[in-house]
Amino acid sequence: MVTLFGIPAQALFGQLLLGLINGSFYALLSLGLAVIFGMLNVINFAHGAFYMVGAFTAWLMLQHLGIGYWPALLLAPLVVGLLGIVLEKTMLSRLYKLDHLYGLLLTFGVALMLEGGFRHWFGVSGMPYPIPAELRGGQNLGFMFLPNYRGWVVIASLVVCLGTWYAIERTRLGAYLRAATENPVLVQAFGINVPVMVTATYGFGVALAGLAGVLAAPIYQVNPLMGSNLIVIVFAVVVIGGMGSILGAIVTGLGLGLLEGLTKVVYPEASSIVVFVIMAIVLLIKPAGLFGRER
Amino acid sequence: MRSILLAGGAVAALVSGAAHAQMSDGVIKIGMLSDRSGIYADINGEGSAIAARLAAEEFGNAINGTPIEIIVGDHQNKADIAANLARQWIDTERVDVVADVPNSAAALAVQVITRDKKRLFLMSGPGSTDLTGKECSPYGFHWTWDNHAVASATARALVEQGRKSWYFVTADYAFGHSLEAEATGTVKQLGGTVTGGVRHPLGTSDFSSFLLQAQASGAEVVAFANAGGDTINAVKQASEFGLPQGGQTMAGLLLNVNDVHALGLEISQGLMLANSFYWDMTDETRAWSKRFEERTGRKPSMNQAGVYSSVRHYLKAVQEIGTDDADKVAARMRSLPVNDMMMKDVRIADNGRVMNHMYLLQVKTPAETQYPWDYFKVLQDIPGDRAYIDPQKSGCPLVK
Repeated sequence: MVTLFGIPAQALFGQLLLGLINGSFYALLSLGLAVIFGMLNVINFAHGAFYMVGAFTAWLMLQHLGIGYWPALLLAPLVVGLLGIVLEKTMLSRLYKLDHLYGLLLTFGVALMLEGGFRHWFGVSGMPYPIPAELRGGQNLGFMFLPNYRGWVVIASLVVCLGTWYAIERTRLGAYLRAATENPVLVQAFGINVPVMVTATYGFGVALAGLAGVLAAPIYQVNPLMGSNLIVIVFAVVVIGGMGSILGAIVTGLGLGLLEGLTKVVYPEASSIVVFVIMAIVLLIKPAGLFGRER
Repeated sequence: MRSILLAGGAVAALVSGAAHAQMSDGVIKIGMLSDRSGIYADINGEGSAIAARLAAEEFGNAINGTPIEIIVGDHQNKADIAANLARQWIDTERVDVVADVPNSAAALAVQVITRDKKRLFLMSGPGSTDLTGKECSPYGFHWTWDNHAVASATARALVEQGRKSWYFVTADYAFGHSLEAEATGTVKQLGGTVTGGVRHPLGTSDFSSFLLQAQASGAEVVAFANAGGDTINAVKQASEFGLPQGGQTMAGLLLNVNDVHALGLEISQGLMLANSFYWDMTDETRAWSKRFEERTGRKPSMNQAGVYSSVRHYLKAVQEIGTDDADKVAARMRSLPVNDMMMKDVRIADNGRVMNHMYLLQVKTPAETQYPWDYFKVLQDIPGDRAYIDPQKSGCPLVK
């Protein structure tokens, strides 16, 4: 059998592909965080909770309204996005004048309340969400069995990530957004409604989390704690990539997923901490993150 | 300052002791110490507190005019919090008996405190066999199950069916290691082999890489030595990666009815597990489970049924001897066979092990299920003497 670094090539390819799948989730979630931080300077601790709400919305739609996976893929992020807009309008927008810390504390509190509420109503064991019929089964790739659904997750999140990157970095709307974060007063003077843009950005950022939640529902249990399990890693991804850097979030999300996959072959016990080891090293060498700018 | 407080406490204890010679301090107080918000909150948690209340209600919430009071606390799966709460309950809130306590680490911490302070401890949820082994206590009673009983029953059944080569996916902490060791012992004893294993951190959401390794091992049985959300995710993803379709048997070494409910039958069908209680076994279990469901909206787990059984047995002993003195109640609990909807004439061994039956269960297929929560077929009834470690060999110094 062919070996690379002392690992059978088959196992290595398999784990790398799995790492890419996990990396897609990291990328999608950290992208939302990066967009929100980049535009609003808010460290959105409620991101994991919105991811969970996205999954639950899909589950509730299926259970009570008979709305299947495909419509939920669009509707659940919309619901989550609206929820985010309400939060931003009623609470978060009052804190922009203050230190970052206040936004962090508010969103952290919101996350705890959302999780506590869902835990109270639905328990901690979680709810099953079936894989949509079109994506059941899998492909035998020779070196591993790839479930169709996981393949779909990689494609979907790559498309969304690249689309978002393009919209922010290459379109006129994105240019307005970026300008508004640099100098909101000046941009407003040009007749652009900055507060609305900020609200919409927050709504879009959490809608991305909601989308990730729907994508995750058939793989993991729809569980009130699913967000808090993931959010810590996602924060580490954002810190490594550079707070607020869109491309950084996408690239590090995928990269760290791959690295984690590799660790699971070499030394599985360390797989839950490898991301944080990298974070510590990056912070020591390049405090602004791999793709971040010093401010 | 501290000595003044202690002296004050001693005076208070003397005064109250004199006032109520039979029942200490005028109340029988049960402290339900549980995981109320984490991964065990569904299989113990508030459901356990309700199970204890159901037991107290059978006595009219009082014994010989002394009221029964039930208080609850959340140990958050942390041994230090469990120890602090238990100590505080006993020292300042005059709790007579601590019950429930899922999570072996928390239970081992509480066992030390209840042993030192001479208070009864009724466990229904922790798995460690040390609780009735080298860490046993004259005041500690281990109800419902332990790691040996659940792991070896499942392992034995599968090996006897000819599923001889095993691969373990194990949670990387004391509980997971212990489950794996118990199952490995049984597998090897019966001539089976262990082809490999992998250890994952507690609270893993993605099992795909571990499952890929399990798949590549070619083992006939892939055993999950973990619990709660970890098992649920592992079983769910095993089905996604086609392990059962490839002819490998999945075995959950610790599964509860709630886990199966969360997974759905489509995914969990055919799984083998060992439980000491299943709601749909007799008219009595069905009737009690109905009472439980009316309060909680779900069927009881074996841990919750065990809480009911243990609290009821304790109260019965208190009622018979007319005192809540810990030594006397403990002696009576040991001499009195356990009899309730869950257990029939079950003895309690000197090491504190309640020698109840275990049942080997198999999850039904979606076609076989007929009504809500109709999840298991009972394959085998395993008497306590076969299910548990022989108390003589448990290593508990109390066994003579």
